[in-house]
This record gives sequence, C-alpha cells and structure tokens, in this order.
Amino acid sequence: MKPPPAAAPPAPVDVAQTVDHLFRREAGRLVAILTRHFGVAHLHLAEDVVQDALVRAMQTWPYTGVPQQPSAWLLQTAKNRALDHLRRTRVWQGKEAALAPLVEDGLQAALAVAPPQFEEEIRDSQLRMMFVCCHPGLPQEAQVALTLKTLCGFGEPEIAAAFLATPAAIAKRLTRAREYLREHGVTFELPPADRLAARADAVRQALYLLFNEGYKASHGDSLLRADLCAEAIRLGELLAAHPAGADPATHALLALMLCNAARLPARLDDAGSVLLLAAQDRARWDRAQIARALAHLAASAEGAAVTRFHLEAGIAVCHCLAPSWEATDWGQILELYDQLLALDGSPVVALNRAVAVAKVQGPAAGLCALDAIENGAALAQYHLYHAVAGQLWLDASDPARAAQCYRRALELAALPAERALLQQRLTQSGG
Amino acid sequence: MSKDQNSTRYLFVFRFAEDAPDPTPEQMQQMHQQWTDWMQGMRKKGQFVSGDPLEETTGKVLRGTRGSQVTDGPFAEAKEIMGGIIVVTAPSLEAAVELARDCPSLGGPFSVEVRQINPLNL
Repeated sequence: MKPPPAAAPPAPVDVAQTVDHLFRREAGRLVAILTRHFGVAHLHLAEDVVQDALVRAMQTWPYTGVPQQPSAWLLQTAKNRALDHLRRTRVWQGKEAALAPLVEDGLQAALAVAPPQFEEEIRDSQLRMMFVCCHPGLPQEAQVALTLKTLCGFGEPEIAAAFLATPAAIAKRLTRAREYLREHGVTFELPPADRLAARADAVRQALYLLFNEGYKASHGDSLLRADLCAEAIRLGELLAAHPAGADPATHALLALMLCNAARLPARLDDAGSVLLLAAQDRARWDRAQIARALAHLAASAEGAAVTRFHLEAGIAVCHCLAPSWEATDWGQILELYDQLLALDGSPVVALNRAVAVAKVQGPAAGLCALDAIENGAALAQYHLYHAVAGQLWLDASDPARAAQCYRRALELAALPAERALLQQRLTQSGG
Repeated sequence: MSKDQNSTRYLFVFRFAEDAPDPTPEQMQQMHQQWTDWMQGMRKKGQFVSGDPLEETTGKVLRGTRGSQVTDGPFAEAKEIMGGIIVVTAPSLEAAVELARDCPSLGGPFSVEVRQINPLNL
C-alpha cells in the first residue's frame, strides 16, 4: 500500500487575482445562507448585508490582499453587518423583535458547522432559494429577475439590460416579488412531497426562460448573454444534484441547454453577424459541453414521461452530432418535431417543423407545412417566418417569390446582425 | 539622516460620495481588481509606503479642551466619505499627482487629495 502523500504546503496565493465572478458567486451563496437563518420575510435584509460585505471586500482587499478563505471572510463580515444593523436600528418591533437572537444563534450555528457539511448546507440553501424565487404565485418574469438577483448575484442594471427594461422597473418588480413572498408567508422549506413535482416544474420553466433569454441573439451584449446561459446551466446542475430536483425532466433540460450552449462560440462570424446553423463552423462547437449533454440525455431517459425538454433536447442532440447541415438526421428531427407539436402547438414550433419537413420531403412540402400553420396570423409579424419562407422558395427555384419574402422579413427584423444576413439573402434572390 | 531626492512622502486621501448608487457585484469585482493592480504596481516600484482603508461610517470628532465636544464626526452632514489613506514616495508633488492620476475610481463621484508630508529635518 502506498503511504499517504505528505501534506503539500499551501499553494502561494497571488493576492492580485481573484477567480472570475467571485463576487457574483459569493453574493448568491451568502444571500441563500443568510435567508435560511433570517427567513424569507427578511430577504431584503440578507441582500443588504451581503451588499455591504462585498463593498467592504472591494474597499479593504486591495490593501490587505484577498483572504485565504474569502467565503468565510465575507460570511463573517455579513454577519457582523447584520448584528450592527440590529443594534443600530432598534426598529425591531413585535414579531420582528424575536429575530435578533435568531439571527445571532443561526449565524453562530452556521459558522460552527464543519466545512464539508457546510458546503452541503450551502447547496441545500441555494436549492431552497430556487424554489422560493420560482414560487408559482409570482409572475414568471419576476421569478427570473429574483433568481438572477438573489441566486446569481446580478445587479439591477444587469437584469434590466437582459430584459430591455429600466433598472427602476426591475427594482419595482423585485420589490413586489419580495412583498408577495412576505405577505403570503412563503417559507424557506422545500415543497412538500405532494407538490414537489409541480414546484420543480416551475423551477425548470424559469431556468428554461433564463437560458433562452441569454440564448436568443435579439439584443444586448454577448458577454452578458453568455453569462445568463452559464447561470441557467449552473442552477440546472444544482437542481439535478439534489434529490428534490433530480428528475428526468431536469436532466432533459440540462441536455438541451448544454447542447445549445455548445454551439454559442460558432454563432457569430468575425464581423459579428449571426450565422445560421447551416453556415456554422462545427469545429468551433464545444465538444466537452456536448459530452456533458449526452450524459444528461442518458439520465433523462429513466422514466416514462416525455416532456418538451426531452423532445427539444433530442432535436438539439441530433444537430450537435451531425457532421454537417446536409448530413443531419432530418427524419429523426421531424419525428421529434411532430411529437413536440402535439405537446405544444405554438406557431414557432410549427415553423421549425416546417424546416424539417422541407428537408425530408422537399421544399414544396415545407411550403405546404408553412401554409398549414394554425394561428399563422401571429407569425405574419415574425421576421423568421418570412426568412424561412424565402429560403424554401429559393430551394424551390422561385427567386422572385423568395425575394418578396426576404423583403418582408427585412421590414420586420430589428437586429443589425440579422438584417445583414437577410439583405445578403435578398441579393442572392436577385431582389 | 541623508535626504534622498526620491524619499519625499505624500499622503493620498480617498473620498467618495455617500449617495453613489450601489455597484453590482460584478462592478465591485472589477473595481477591486483595478485597485489591487494599481496598489501592487506602486508596491513593485517601491513607491508604496503604507496604507489602510478607513471604517466609513463610524468615528468621532473631538473639539474643545480635552475633547469637551465629541461628535459623531462630519459623517452625517458630509457629502463625501473618507474611504482610505495611503502614503507613497515620489520625487515631487507633480510626480505624486501623476501617480494619483492612475487611481481607478477617478471619473466617478470620487476624489484623491494629494498632500506632501513635511519631513522632520529640513
């Protein structure tokens, strides 16, 4: 038997460096830990003292260097701030007066627990926070905003940029959400067994929305958008690692998000124009992420239920594994779209299905499928509808009709990168 | 005691506006990194003598004989909070000002006051 290796000396810490997003990450962890002890009704107090602790870190670490254990330093500082706050304000009346010793005892207990257990408790706290943020009584956009604020450490200006809203509007949305949670006595407990499935579903929906918000190229800076995708994946993995959330549907959602995220590096060309799947350099897809997606796809197959995440993940995996656009398993994709359309008859799903129909049965069949879309009126204002039609007319060797479609698409498209692509297609159509 | 041309010490006093909007964690991380880089740069060149952050909202101001008047300081009414001080060495006030120009918080509601520390033996 090999003797245990001698304890390695601690690696020298470069005081000038901190890990990427350390402040954001710590904000999310600390708010969850503190809310566990303060109660959901005092979510805002937790957010305030965490903000104070981070400000203090920003102001003192440049003088002293980053402490060996930044997390413990920040928690201790936030705790001290909470105690200061209690002493200073003395506004705790009635029910709230009982909070002071609770805060102190709870935090002492949290600090006393040994690190490994503590890590587990932090993950558990973050998961509970996820269920709180995605409470079904809150509008979905409030769920996502609250998740970004409390679990991901995003600031109001960043959330506002992601949702094309003003910081003031986001602040109002967050305030209303906190009020709702307080007024309805939402607790920091995992939902009871009989409601767990439905509540986990709401969490997955919010993560899906968060991911799509980052994935769609419609607005904003691409770094922020990639961060949104990464956060949705991180929280999804947290959900999948916990017995309360390790559902096949969670694995399916992760497979879907990872597959789509794997293609992000190839989605823009060097000039910043959007590249459609057909034109992307597949060598730039992130193979490691695709491998993780496949592992989650395998885990998602345990169980009989087929959710929309399963079907969308299946489609995304087909694309990720195909050597080229032409050599894609379109038959399989069409089958998955047929099932998806049966689950979710939305015009956008039908539009994507029409592309698959054209690939399997030819452009004429694709155009028929486009015509047959119910609620097609809703699509008439959607630039991609006309872009797809344009492509199908081009494939059907009718450039005049194609040009007509591309012109309509150009009237509707807002994003410069998308307009550039449409203009190029219009030129190809001789229009 | 020999008087080195380069050893004149200067005090930098950092002040920032009390009512500045809350930075986001990501902005704080960037600011932290920039301040660390700035201070490390001065350390590496041997220009940094000492420095400490100041507790922003607690402190007392004494006035009168033996501090007969003790107040909570100018904190409540002041528009600016003193956030920290450092001592650096520089060959001249102009050179010290050039060092201070690189302070990363400049540009926002923030100021650096540069003062020469009078040496004991002139």
